[in-house]
Amino acid sequence: MRMRHLPIATLAAALVAGCATMSDSDVSQRAVAMMKSSFKERGQAKLDRLDQDEVQALCSRKPDDPALPRAAEERINATQKAAIRYPADGKLLGDWRAGEKIAQTGVGKQYSDDPKRPAGGNCYACHQMTKKEISYGTIGPSLYNFGKIRGYGEDMQTYAYGKVYNPQAYTACSNMPRFGHNGILTEQQIKDVVALLMDPQSPVNK
Amino acid sequence: MNLNKVTPMSIRTNALAGLVFAAQLAMAPASAQDKSIAEEIARYRQLLQDGNPAELWEARGEGLWKEKRGPKKISLEQCDLGKGPGVVKGVYAVLPRYFPDADRVMDLETRLVYCMTTQQGYSEAEATKTPYGSSNRRSDIEALVAYITSESRGEKMNAPLNHPKEKEAYLIGEKMFYFRGGPHDFACTTCHGESGKRIRLQDLPNLSDPEDAKRAYTTWPAYRVSQGEVRTMQWRLYDCFRQQRFPELKFTSDASIALTTFLAHKAQGGVLDAPALKR
Repeated sequence: MRMRHLPIATLAAALVAGCATMSDSDVSQRAVAMMKSSFKERGQAKLDRLDQDEVQALCSRKPDDPALPRAAEERINATQKAAIRYPADGKLLGDWRAGEKIAQTGVGKQYSDDPKRPAGGNCYACHQMTKKEISYGTIGPSLYNFGKIRGYGEDMQTYAYGKVYNPQAYTACSNMPRFGHNGILTEQQIKDVVALLMDPQSPVNK
Repeated sequence: MNLNKVTPMSIRTNALAGLVFAAQLAMAPASAQDKSIAEEIARYRQLLQDGNPAELWEARGEGLWKEKRGPKKISLEQCDLGKGPGVVKGVYAVLPRYFPDADRVMDLETRLVYCMTTQQGYSEAEATKTPYGSSNRRSDIEALVAYITSESRGEKMNAPLNHPKEKEAYLIGEKMFYFRGGPHDFACTTCHGESGKRIRLQDLPNLSDPEDAKRAYTTWPAYRVSQGEVRTMQWRLYDCFRQQRFPELKFTSDASIALTTFLAHKAQGGVLDAPALKR
């Protein structure tokens, strides 16, 4: 009766109140417990993949949750930046041709994938990279002319390496996977992807 | 919804899409190019819509529904899918829902397994032996789901949210939708939380937007051209989680039903048009 005059947020609250004792954190706990009994390990995908680290927990937010506090964003940036491991040899650029293959490849880390085969980066799933590849996704921004626009200097190479290694170090709760931090790509693979972005000869910059 | 576009199957799909669209795309500037890709894909789907092979699954499912089967040699025609024993018409529009006899919220697949075990006398293992079929091993569940959902075509989604367990399933499903995990930090919302996005050339429904959610939910189950099979909502979630790099989602598990409950309510009011046909 009265309900339809209430704003949506109030209705959502009323819905929660319907389950008398379920607070939001109760729901979270039950969700995790339910997921643990509803998934089973298969191949390389073990149940510990459902154990969230701090970044994953902080970034699992519903649209009507309060925005992540600035201090939490800064904390994510700081802890993730501190964990970036740059190559010991100081070289950040590999081979852009190898990087293009990595950008095209989407396999890796699924239970259906052979764990002995190297994973891909699947950059094209979400980003435009080169003029030639028209089958690109749009979840991430276009990276076409990445180096040409930003410059080829060492600072930018370091940024590109860090961004691929761990995007959370720069943008808290970014959608992009932490390719280095979570061991999806090897150091050499990240170098190759950075070369794809930063080598003046790379088709990204043509 | 494919996060791994470089499976052999998707290469074929992409190659096909590429052949069809390459001519228009060569000259187009970036934004117009994106638009024309979307338009051409829509046209391609339209062409495929003529004569949906899902009809074969629907016919087989109807036979399975009426046939005396299982150790007890009885048909499923006394199975209560939510509108009373034997009622098939319109039931998919009011699922998932709470069933007092099972004291559990159930989606269609789960309810079918319940009837196969409690009425026909199959063991749980027998009833869930082949949830997802392949060319050499057909799935009875997929056929039954194709038949039953086809009897809800044109009905508006109207799943109930009254029982405390329905509300709990909704809230847990919502949590799951935004739950980031695994080596890639993916949640459902990573790919399905913004409008107008694509993976490669594949449009992604924004499931937090009611219009997109209706369009997506009401067109599952679907005959997948790339797989040559009718796939159910259980399969859709199962394969999304595979690509999300999560462990394997168990068939008819509580979490699968909770997430389906959340999505069904996001699609409330949407007009069912399934089994549909998808790439």
